[in-house]
Amino acid sequence: MTFKGEIEKYDWDTVEAQILGATRTDVLAALKKTGKRTLRDFQALISPAAEPFLEEMAQLSSRLTKERFGNTIQMYIPMYLSNECQNICTYCGFSLDVKIPRKTLSDDEIIAEIKVIKRLGYDHILLVTGEANKTVGMSYFKNALRLIRPHFSHIAMEVQPLDEHEYRELAEEGVNTILVYQETYNKENYKEFHPKGKKSNYLYRLESHDRIGRAGIHKMGLGALLGLNDWRTDSFFCAAHLDYLQKVYWKSKYSISFPRMRPCAGGLNLKSPISDKQLVQLICAYRIFNQEVELSMSTRESQTFRNNIIKLGITSISADSKTDPGGYAGDVKSLEQFSIDDNRSTADFVEVIKQQGYDPVFKDWDSSLQE
Amino acid sequence: MLEIADRKFDSRLFTGTGKFSSVDMMVDALAASDSQLVTVALKRVDVASSTDEILTSLDPNRFDLLPNTSGVRTAKEAVFAAELAREAMQTNWIKLEIHPDPKYLLPDPIETLIAAEELAKKGFVVLPYIHADPVLCKRLEEVGTAAVMPIGSPIGTNKGLKTEDFLEIIIEQSSVPVVVDAGIGAPSHAARAMEMGADAVLVNTAIAVSDDPVAMARAFKLAVEAGRMAFEAKLAGVRERASASSPLTSFLD
Repeated sequence: MTFKGEIEKYDWDTVEAQILGATRTDVLAALKKTGKRTLRDFQALISPAAEPFLEEMAQLSSRLTKERFGNTIQMYIPMYLSNECQNICTYCGFSLDVKIPRKTLSDDEIIAEIKVIKRLGYDHILLVTGEANKTVGMSYFKNALRLIRPHFSHIAMEVQPLDEHEYRELAEEGVNTILVYQETYNKENYKEFHPKGKKSNYLYRLESHDRIGRAGIHKMGLGALLGLNDWRTDSFFCAAHLDYLQKVYWKSKYSISFPRMRPCAGGLNLKSPISDKQLVQLICAYRIFNQEVELSMSTRESQTFRNNIIKLGITSISADSKTDPGGYAGDVKSLEQFSIDDNRSTADFVEVIKQQGYDPVFKDWDSSLQE
Repeated sequence: MLEIADRKFDSRLFTGTGKFSSVDMMVDALAASDSQLVTVALKRVDVASSTDEILTSLDPNRFDLLPNTSGVRTAKEAVFAAELAREAMQTNWIKLEIHPDPKYLLPDPIETLIAAEELAKKGFVVLPYIHADPVLCKRLEEVGTAAVMPIGSPIGTNKGLKTEDFLEIIIEQSSVPVVVDAGIGAPSHAARAMEMGADAVLVNTAIAVSDDPVAMARAFKLAVEAGRMAFEAKLAGVRERASASSPLTSFLD
């Protein structure tokens, strides 16, 4: 049994129609409920009918988040190891057909990046790569992790879907968290957006989290690429995925990210852009639906948005980020995956968090806690 | 006065260091609570550094540290973490927390029992976080834990003493101190636990997340004192309805 069996119980168009057909009564029922909310409640909360209740949703989301996570926000920083990629993703700046200089960090370059990042004060790191199995495959990862592990308490990886035994090997090298975004849960559209490369295999990607779960990874991240397809329907499937995973792999923690499509070197063509208001609605809906899930925010978003989202349900956030390999130690700007909207320094952003009454937490894991 | 292992405590309110909006706020709230035992998550402190912000802010003359193993999923990981905590925080006291379920953070009774036995043998003062399971409490006592810490309700939920009937049995049967841990969301919950005869309570979320943590810490201090005083004074029994005016057995007189 994998998520394939679960997702096949649904029909995309029916789900979309259910969300669009949710009523004010459905929304109020979801908001007023005292126990656990269901996936039908989630549909109501992300529906157009919930838009007039955004303030109520925000208040509830803020309260539920505080109860669970306290007045804290976890800080992390991404490190891009490589932008080599054998996939064609029609929306991505690292896509094979995008003519940008390709770079994979050498040992010396990784060490240089670590030095700069440690000076900024980070202890939780997110490693990001493209998908180029020959040059940036398991042996590259293992070598990189041996250089990186001694310097960080918590290592997350956003890496191409791998086999179960490979996830186990990454865990042995100290990886705590694996992030895989499905991009879109719509099987037909998925093929249009991913015409070439290993990534064109929808099912292999869809079942990634099952393999991650079986490998005993501590935390896994999921998400849909917002804007690629109807964001509401994709988010519903992502919530259903989360619900399924939590029941089956009950020892894992979960994190949801909100990659909203932004301009990048590949050009862009958005089917269903999500507005700031709708993104807030979505974040609050996830929190009201699931009090325990971590909600994560990158620097793709604007300063104003990030300043205000801290209180609304987000539990971990990056700052001061570079999305090009070698970007911290070097000064190259042409290789980045997406453009950063919030360029504030870590120190400045920490002040913003404190002013909102939250404690920025740089260490909330210890490598000694992993067997 | 409460005694656990080799230590005596004036205060029966134990507290935690998580979820506060700043270290300064934490220090002020802990001071107002008069607590003498404070739990610290190993994962939150930088054991390699002598300047860790949480550890350096806690006055050692005022607070004893109770490191906890939050984050581990197995007995083996817990034992390793406890040894690391002993080294880093210079105490052989350990709050044994093994919750492989990160959703409700409910404790694993099997792994906890295995780890408790091993840690007790290694000379730790073990305070295990466990379900309100009376049999498990006796088993833990038998392997040498210094206290038991049954839950009132799932951690962080503030739902109060949902396990009250089982806590009563545990308190009745236990030969080691019973510390009600987790789920205590209001001073009235803490007072109730103390009235029932709990030896202490551990409160974190309800203080840290309130709008005024300092005032809430003081409210809990007073509630714990009041509850304990009531327990020692012996509560008058509660009756469901008034006593019958015409006794059923008077014909025997």
